[in-house]
Amino acid sequence: MTTDDLLIIATGALVAVSCALLGSFLLLRGMTMIGDAISHAVLPGIAIAYLVSGSRASGIMLAGAALFGLLTTAGIEWLRERARLQADASIGIVFTGLFALGIVLISAYAGQIDLDLDCVLFGEIAYVPLDLWILPDGRVMGPVPVWLLGGLLLAIAALIVIAYKPLLLTSFDPMHAAAAGISAVVWHYILMGFVSAATVLSFESVGAILVLSFLTGPPAAAFLLTRRLRPMLLLASGAGVLAAGLGYGLAVWLDGSIAGAMAVVIGAEFALALAWHLYRRRTASAPPAEEPA
Amino acid sequence: MTDPNVLWVLGGVVLMSISAAAVGSFTLLQKRALIGDAVAHAILPGICLAFLLSGGKHPLVLLAGAAATGWLGLVTVEYLTRHTRLKGDAALGLTLSVYYGAGALLLTSIQRSGAGAQAGLDKFLFGKAAAMVREDVLLFAGLSAAVLIVLAWIYKPLTAVIFDRNFALTAGLPVRRLEQALSLLTVFIIALGIQAVGAVLMAALLITPAAAARYWTHDLRRMLVLACGFAAVSAAAGAWISYLLPRMPTGPWVVLALTLTAGISIAAGSDRGLAAAWQRRRQNRRKIDRENLLKCLYQLGEADGQPEAMRLHSEIAARRDMPPARLRAALHALRGEGLLRQEAGRAGLTRAGAAAGSRVTRLHRLWELYLTTHLDLPPDHVHEEAEAIEHILTPEIEAALESKLNFPSLDPHNSPIPAKRTLP
Repeated sequence: MTTDDLLIIATGALVAVSCALLGSFLLLRGMTMIGDAISHAVLPGIAIAYLVSGSRASGIMLAGAALFGLLTTAGIEWLRERARLQADASIGIVFTGLFALGIVLISAYAGQIDLDLDCVLFGEIAYVPLDLWILPDGRVMGPVPVWLLGGLLLAIAALIVIAYKPLLLTSFDPMHAAAAGISAVVWHYILMGFVSAATVLSFESVGAILVLSFLTGPPAAAFLLTRRLRPMLLLASGAGVLAAGLGYGLAVWLDGSIAGAMAVVIGAEFALALAWHLYRRRTASAPPAEEPA
Repeated sequence: MTDPNVLWVLGGVVLMSISAAAVGSFTLLQKRALIGDAVAHAILPGICLAFLLSGGKHPLVLLAGAAATGWLGLVTVEYLTRHTRLKGDAALGLTLSVYYGAGALLLTSIQRSGAGAQAGLDKFLFGKAAAMVREDVLLFAGLSAAVLIVLAWIYKPLTAVIFDRNFALTAGLPVRRLEQALSLLTVFIIALGIQAVGAVLMAALLITPAAAARYWTHDLRRMLVLACGFAAVSAAAGAWISYLLPRMPTGPWVVLALTLTAGISIAAGSDRGLAAAWQRRRQNRRKIDRENLLKCLYQLGEADGQPEAMRLHSEIAARRDMPPARLRAALHALRGEGLLRQEAGRAGLTRAGAAAGSRVTRLHRLWELYLTTHLDLPPDHVHEEAEAIEHILTPEIEAALESKLNFPSLDPHNSPIPAKRTLP
């Protein structure tokens, strides 16, 4: 295994853990599809940031994407509350519309936007080792995405450590949270801000659609294995890291999309968790054996 | 327009979109709109597998593969929702992304293996209508028409199932079979429709036209016709643009056209559109303003025994807190209805106006009494409630209230309840 292989797996693992942590809260709040909508809807933000700045300057990209992420959340909310559109249709209209806009922008300004449709669809995690951060004095600090994703993971971990209680309360028992003076709306938007940041930073690695497998799969598998939040977060993160490693192996073997292979491994992990869940439920609900008379 | 192939493609894409919009209207009303998104993504591995197994790109083979994994995706979502603790949205997201991931892995693997005929597979992601040949168009258009015919055939019982499932069950309709038929049609039309708009954005073709149509009407037949119309126009526009600009995939343009239609419908739709709702709210507010003004003048008359006296605007404004512009508008409207006389700076009720004012006062006091006697609310808590309800009580409710309260003469604050008058 070369350094490049390790860097790719590390990138995948960073994406996986960040998404597993955020995705767990999305899952508990029943907002997984809003995460999906955001991961699609940041595309026009990224494209416009490219057009405006003419470069892949991360600050502007992050700002553009975060703006569209929050716009999506607010837009879905607005359609539901003010335009009285049913929830699933609000999500469907907003994310398809914005994603289509992003694709059109990328196709129209193909020369100016250094981003192709393959990257949007499948991610280009294989190119991570090429994107090096070089200091003005010529020292090579390693790939930029690893630094960015590492920073993101630290921020998410800090958020969860500092704000464990409000996140827990607003996810499990919004009424109790409201009674305790914790604003569900504020934490909703903080969480969505982080989801936007995570999707845009993961974007070049795994693409717009496969982010969702990292956001949903590991948390869903962990959710079937435990009912408590801490073990769920740990299990989901572990499943994410494992999927990054095994997925890379699978992709090399089949010579296909690395992010796609990681998603397939996530699916397999979930299938195993489901099988275990069903087995345990069957043994638990089976009638106790008759005592011999 | 000189190329006859363009017209064929245009016709085919339009027909596919119409069928998708019709099927989508039903899944939207079932509140299962996003199922289409999961199915559309789940179709991708099916197409790749069909290509790998058959070694070719025969449209029927690819279609069969697409329908197979699409159906599998749908079954997965339903199984996870019904038999695990996962909620619907998590089941959807998981299925969508894992099947799509499998598709992405297979597709990239096929592309890199350099199989001769592989180039065409990625058009299933964003659609490339212009690349279709006439035989394909005929095949897909025919199948789309078949979907439409089946839908028309089961229209009546399906409507019963969607609007009132329990009624359909008691009426002995094959509810489960009808729901499965709709699911099957959904999978099938998605497998067809990705030719036009691609898998990634297929959900829009199902959801957006129906949602847009819902803003114009609440009648199912009209909604279906409108949804199909929106889909047809948007699909034609998208296909046309992708023909003019060969670099452009069809799907995003179709979806942008659809989203524009939805935006216009949300703003201007005559049934639930924002403008219509705003208009209704404004009319309602004006009616309430007028009724409040009548009540205010009547009650001023009660105090000094001169219901039809002329009163200064300042006297009215002191009793009824209302922005001056709205007060002027209400005065003007009431004069137009012959309920008010106006002269410089003063206004007074006509005989008809006094009668109308007495009715509002009467409803207000009847309701206050009802709240205190029948709901045991304290008398100082009932005014606000009555302020709101007095504007919407119908003569029938008025009569029922009166008889329930045994034809009272005083309200809880000992003010007289005016007798019922026939409005002149």
